[in-house]
Amino acid sequence: MNLFFAVLTPFLGAVLVAWASRFGRSHAAWAAGGVALTALAWLSPLLSQPFAGTTVVQRLEWMPSVGLDLVFRLDGLGLLFAGLILGIGLLVILYARYYLSERDSMGRLYAYLLLFMGSMLGVVLSENLIQLLIFWELTSLSSFLLIAYWREREMARMGARMALAITGAGGLALLGGILLLGEITGSYELSVILASGDLIRGHSLYLPTLILVLLGAFTKSAQFPFHFWLPHAMAAPTPVSAYLHSATMVKAGVFLLARLFPALSGTPEWSWLVGGAGLCTLLLGAVVALFKHDLKGLLAYSTISHLGLITLLFGIATPMAVVAGVFHIINHAIFKASLFMAAGIIDHETGTRDMRRMQGLWQFMPFTATLAMVAAASMAGVPLFNGFLSKEMLFVEASEMASQQSFGWLLPVTVTVAGIFAVAYSLRFIHDVFFGGKPLELPRTPHEPPRWMKVPVEVLVLLCLVVGLFPAQTVAPLLAVAAASTLQTALPEYNLAIWHGFNPALWMSVTALVGGVLLYLVRRPFSLLHDRFEGQLDARRLYNALLQGLMVIARRITALLDVGSLQRMVFVFIGFALLLGWMGWSGDRSVLTGSRPLLPVDAMSLLVTAVLTVISVAVVILHRQRFTALVLVGFVGLVVSLIFVKFSAPDLALTQLLVEVVTVVLLLLALYFLPQHSPVESHPLRRSRDGLLALLVGGGVGALAWAVLTRPHSSIGDFFLANSVSGGGGSNVVNVILVDFRGFDTLGEITVLALAGLAVYALLEKLHISGPSQNADGRDWNWDLHPVIMASFTRLLLPLALLVSVFILLRGHNLPGGGFIAGLVTAVALIMQYLANGVAWTHSRLSANMHPVVGVGLLIATLTGLGSFVFGYPFLTSTFGHMKWPLVGDFELASAMAFDLGVYLVVVGATLLILIHLGLMHGKEPVRGKGGH
Amino acid sequence: MLTVALSIAFVLVGAAVVLSAWRLLRGPSAPDRILALDTLYINAIALLVLLGIHLGSALYFEAALLIAMMGFVGTVALCKYLLRGDIIE
Repeated sequence: MNLFFAVLTPFLGAVLVAWASRFGRSHAAWAAGGVALTALAWLSPLLSQPFAGTTVVQRLEWMPSVGLDLVFRLDGLGLLFAGLILGIGLLVILYARYYLSERDSMGRLYAYLLLFMGSMLGVVLSENLIQLLIFWELTSLSSFLLIAYWREREMARMGARMALAITGAGGLALLGGILLLGEITGSYELSVILASGDLIRGHSLYLPTLILVLLGAFTKSAQFPFHFWLPHAMAAPTPVSAYLHSATMVKAGVFLLARLFPALSGTPEWSWLVGGAGLCTLLLGAVVALFKHDLKGLLAYSTISHLGLITLLFGIATPMAVVAGVFHIINHAIFKASLFMAAGIIDHETGTRDMRRMQGLWQFMPFTATLAMVAAASMAGVPLFNGFLSKEMLFVEASEMASQQSFGWLLPVTVTVAGIFAVAYSLRFIHDVFFGGKPLELPRTPHEPPRWMKVPVEVLVLLCLVVGLFPAQTVAPLLAVAAASTLQTALPEYNLAIWHGFNPALWMSVTALVGGVLLYLVRRPFSLLHDRFEGQLDARRLYNALLQGLMVIARRITALLDVGSLQRMVFVFIGFALLLGWMGWSGDRSVLTGSRPLLPVDAMSLLVTAVLTVISVAVVILHRQRFTALVLVGFVGLVVSLIFVKFSAPDLALTQLLVEVVTVVLLLLALYFLPQHSPVESHPLRRSRDGLLALLVGGGVGALAWAVLTRPHSSIGDFFLANSVSGGGGSNVVNVILVDFRGFDTLGEITVLALAGLAVYALLEKLHISGPSQNADGRDWNWDLHPVIMASFTRLLLPLALLVSVFILLRGHNLPGGGFIAGLVTAVALIMQYLANGVAWTHSRLSANMHPVVGVGLLIATLTGLGSFVFGYPFLTSTFGHMKWPLVGDFELASAMAFDLGVYLVVVGATLLILIHLGLMHGKEPVRGKGGH
Repeated sequence: MLTVALSIAFVLVGAAVVLSAWRLLRGPSAPDRILALDTLYINAIALLVLLGIHLGSALYFEAALLIAMMGFVGTVALCKYLLRGDIIE
């Protein structure tokens, strides 16, 4: 369970932090840090296990009936990543506290950051691949929010959209890959999949599986040709970039490569695809990085390049290359996070990120400069720093590959060239920013940042040094378990040391260092060339063209299906219903009337039904006079509810009556802004055709109803009737079904109702439309807003109506009534006050703010459902008991009554929210203050 | 005795229902129609009470109560519309 809680903590913490931020910026930071530490604390008892060679698997039954469990796994690789996510996460939280300006919302950033942290933890700690994918998608979504943090900026929104589109598309491909993996191995659990590598590689579906999985990994890790989203994601605040592009988001892709390495690697396809993409990305990123003028742009392309390096190592796929790949994951996370933070400090203190404008910052911030230099040296692969170690391992692997294939020499050459560029851009990062003259017209005079803003950078830079100098004493055990769990076999012999003697790798390192310095010195012509073609060779253009194309296709398909004419669509729909119904009838030889004896008809029912029929036909004939039609519809509704009473459905009748009232009010509110008459627009022939169709379909439905009703049948209703008292503790079956048997449906329905209410509110808030100043006959409106007799009577009626609604609510479990009906009674009683006494009068006595009512109602209903978990029962299990009250006597209490109270509140809140805001839409602002008229 | 009274009452209320439906259809003015609807609400109360007496059940009484209490809100809203157009102001 610890792993489950470790993943859950950041998600819950996000809410907490968003709330805590209202008390101050530091509170939010402390809360966020506390959440990350709590997640770490959940993991801590298990930390020793991977080092002892055991893989922790924790299972939480979720839907055992369909074989879905929440399964979490902690092994060396998961441990390494969880450590990076939480460790660097903590440093980023500290750093962000000082980075964000006063204008930006602290709570929002931390909440998003924690959401992201939880999603990443879920990815690296999942045992089940489907579950991994869910968290994978969550990282896409939460990174979207993070990148678009400055949502008022066009670039941020665009970058976030692009990242979401690319990684989301990759996630879709990954889903396909995972499903194929599950199809091949028969399980979605990593323990099984990692052990069936031979089965997977030998399967005919291996290649599609591999490609789909790799699409997921490459899009996430910004591998060529999907790399272009990453530089655009730099529109995010720098702490976010430091987190996303060093230790987390983009590492999720290489994590997936490492995770599925035993299952998918070891074939030529793997080597070509993974190695090829890695090599291209390594070179492309390194070359472009040198020519970027934006500090973060340089780091972005450098990140792409280093991700390519890691991918390339996994593509080489020898055990030693995997060790190097895992090692570089660690090293890159450390130095890149510190470099982003340093870039953020520079940006923060100078107000610009353009390297052409800043020089000689050394004299203003020597300490930051020193930190940045160490980190940049590590990025360049200078000996004594951690980046050197893993880069040297890459050189060794590359030079060994050279002799094994015909064009093998290309590999060490390309890698060395990339190394040269890496040295050159690292040098540029340092020299252009901190040295080389005086700064040009900076927006601010730079100085050292606040003390605690430097601490995260110091910690990371210290790690660069310690790992670089004493690898065997520091990082070796962690690397060993992580690499071992990646390989799932014994580790190869290797020695983490700085000096390995005079071997090819050493010469490659020397070449890279010397070549890099030389390249930096002569870069100007290349740089001009780059600036000349800047933006012309951009994958983003392709992406935009692709997106445009997709939109065009989507629009065409939509236009094909949606003709934009309601009449025609209804015609097609009804026509098909008629056709299918006719086919059903004609294929079946049975008779229309069944065997059930007909019930006797009394004269009253006949009379009422006849009246109903006549008035219904009249609605159709008079529908163009809208007000008349509305009155007629009210008549029909009343008669229908009388019929409900006749056929023993009092709940339905009560609901129908109240809905009728609410509907009339709603339609009148809308009618005020609409024409009073519907014009004749269609041809008489067409009307005849539609009339014929309507007659046929109506006849068909009638015949169908007749056929069903005259046949004996048993429905699910019998079950409810038999079990209502014993199972739900109520004798009103309708209510027991609503709050107990089908309580989950009801919960869904009131949620929809609440959302609809809020949506109507959101759409209508601040909307003011002027209505007509005269009625349809051209007469002025009456001057009397609120006739005094009506006002007085409705005021008297309010307490009585409320009393009735409470009564109906309380007894609803056993006799007709319940939350829905009681809610409608209250809502109608309150709307009555608005009608008769006006908005100002009512608002001065009753808060217009209905959001809390809706929210509290939903909360009560949900908590009642959750309450059954406390007693070990499934969601929404209800209980009941009887108690004796003085005066009242025997009184039944059921937990479903609390649920019904929730329903009641949501109905009241949502109905009022909708009707009142429709009413407030008229031209003038509501007059506040003194009541009356 | 009660059955005879009930039968007579049913016939009369039934006639009232038919007549209010007639007024609803004929109009001619909007207030006529609103009045017809309101009359039908009254007739419905009568019908429900009669049905309750006929079946010896008190359940119908509540539907009648609700109509009595809430039914007129529709009428009020319709009238307010005729008076002012804007019913919530």
